[in-house]
Amino acid sequence: MSPVQTMPPRSYHIGKDDLGADILEVAMGPHHPSTHGVFRMDLKLDGETVVDLKPVFGYLHRNHEKIAEDITYPMSMPFTDRLDYLCGMTNNWAYALSAEKLIEIKVPERAEYIRVIVAELTRLVNHCLLIGFFVNDLGALGTPLLYALREREKILDLFEVLSGARMMVNYIRFGGVRCDPPDGWLKECQRIVDAFPAFLDEYETLLTENEIIIARAQNVGVVTREEAINFSLTGPMLRASGVNYDIRKVDRYGIYDRFDFKVPIGGHGDCYDRFMVRMLEMRQSVKILKQAIRDLPEGEIMGKAPKIFRPAPGEAYGRIEAPKGELGFYLISDGTPIPYRFKVRPPSFVNLTALRHMCLGHKVADAVIILGSIDIVLGEVDR
Amino acid sequence: MNSPDLSDQKAVDLSPEGTAKAGVILSSLVWIYNWSRSNSVWPLLFGWACCAIEMIGTAGSRHDIARFGAEVFRPSPRQSDLMIVSGTVTKKMAPQVVRIYNQMPEPKYVIAMGACAISGGPFKQGYNVLKGIDRYIPVDVYLPGCPPRPEALLHSLMTLQKQIKRQKSLGRTITNPAYGEGRRIYPVPELRGDDLFPPFNPEVWTPPAKNPNVEDGCPAGRKSV
Ligand code: SF4
Repeated sequence: MSPVQTMPPRSYHIGKDDLGADILEVAMGPHHPSTHGVFRMDLKLDGETVVDLKPVFGYLHRNHEKIAEDITYPMSMPFTDRLDYLCGMTNNWAYALSAEKLIEIKVPERAEYIRVIVAELTRLVNHCLLIGFFVNDLGALGTPLLYALREREKILDLFEVLSGARMMVNYIRFGGVRCDPPDGWLKECQRIVDAFPAFLDEYETLLTENEIIIARAQNVGVVTREEAINFSLTGPMLRASGVNYDIRKVDRYGIYDRFDFKVPIGGHGDCYDRFMVRMLEMRQSVKILKQAIRDLPEGEIMGKAPKIFRPAPGEAYGRIEAPKGELGFYLISDGTPIPYRFKVRPPSFVNLTALRHMCLGHKVADAVIILGSIDIVLGEVDR
Repeated sequence: MNSPDLSDQKAVDLSPEGTAKAGVILSSLVWIYNWSRSNSVWPLLFGWACCAIEMIGTAGSRHDIARFGAEVFRPSPRQSDLMIVSGTVTKKMAPQVVRIYNQMPEPKYVIAMGACAISGGPFKQGYNVLKGIDRYIPVDVYLPGCPPRPEALLHSLMTLQKQIKRQKSLGRTITNPAYGEGRRIYPVPELRGDDLFPPFNPEVWTPPAKNPNVEDGCPAGRKSV
């Protein structure tokens, strides 16, 4: 498919309507319960209809990249946890992957398997929480989120046993992982993974055929296949629009080529598809987890990483399929132990660019769920 | 309710001897009043950063903040008693935080949750990070951690409840600023260029004495960004 070069601008009636009412300008955020943090949308409303939208961010700009250019490579690892603070493990992995490209470290087999296990667990945490928030935005205050939080706690217990922290795990290292899973961890992990489909069934019974969700989410915030490619969307957003692109399949980083799993694709690119793609992705993650736990080999967990991480001058870009999309780290080395340039390619920031396009012509309440379906985390958007 | 004017009295002492002295009825009233207030703290529903996820986790079923009467998260500052500053406050965000605080009705309380809200935390070196929200608004409970566990948040809530129960009187007294005239409103800082003006509010915070081993918040010899 050839990418479409130009996108026809959507035009809407802007100006005074028949009643002579003015356009209303509303600043939604930074303190608004539905903006998922400190994000602001400057809306122009004609009645209830959104005629213009300007996202304003920077309220959580914490200078992650600038700080990383002042400290050594390994010292940046804890900061990556705080990028997308729901998915510490995948952030660690993406950073480790680009550093390993910079200095060519071989990662032992066992460490690769452990990485896959923790990354897929992270995906489960992220997706079930996101769906909880999404339904929360739709008006089901609390209840679905409580179900999601219940499952999240179980997985966070695993992370805590493994790394000592619930959210800010700081677990993956250049060339491996920090420590071996303690006795009984795998058994517990197996138990939680085995029980997870039951939770998904419960969740799906409550949500997928829910009349209100169908009425509110279908045909809302549509992004077509071409538009999705033009906006450089990645992750579930892109796949919901019908593009078969999953970096786990395309790059096959780590050992993802050994697992048998499918990539769920949506057909309409609306909010409901984005919700469903995540639902189905969780089932595939469970599938990957079962295979990874079954095949986990014995052996080393750390490769031969140099004591002092001092890469030769050069550059590297490592990317993974984070739960929110393509998460990449671009590192430029000038031969010192401190990176010359440290750039993050945050998936939720890039996905956010489609927000205006998706919201135009919809009602204010729809803008809320469209934002919810993008799955942004402000720590990553603003960095 | 017309509260008795206690401004000419010493604040009511809640110890058994104190209650006997002050009159049992009035002190029981104070006790009941504070007891009910402390068990129905309504926090503001607002997340700043990562710590907010743990705050939501605390509201979840395992930790269940409802056991302490604080599950009614209110999105509007006008309906809430407690602001949990759950995350990094940047210089762009600080004016809004003070503005939200000013909108809350008295009596109001602040918990600074996480290293970031206390001092800037891991991002202290950052050029855009406010080094502690207590520079602009008074903080009642400091809760360290990055992020603090939900249990820690519950503990900080219990600490706050103890403080509320210890508040002395019903009436307007000087011992308790929460019952002063009107509500406490602090000047909103302004983001000028790349820094906030004023850099702190002298009413609530004074810079610590210079420590010779520390320069600009960083250990001496280590440059700050
Ligand atoms: S204290 Fe830690 S967890 Fe909390 S907001 Fe700051 S960086 Fe995030």
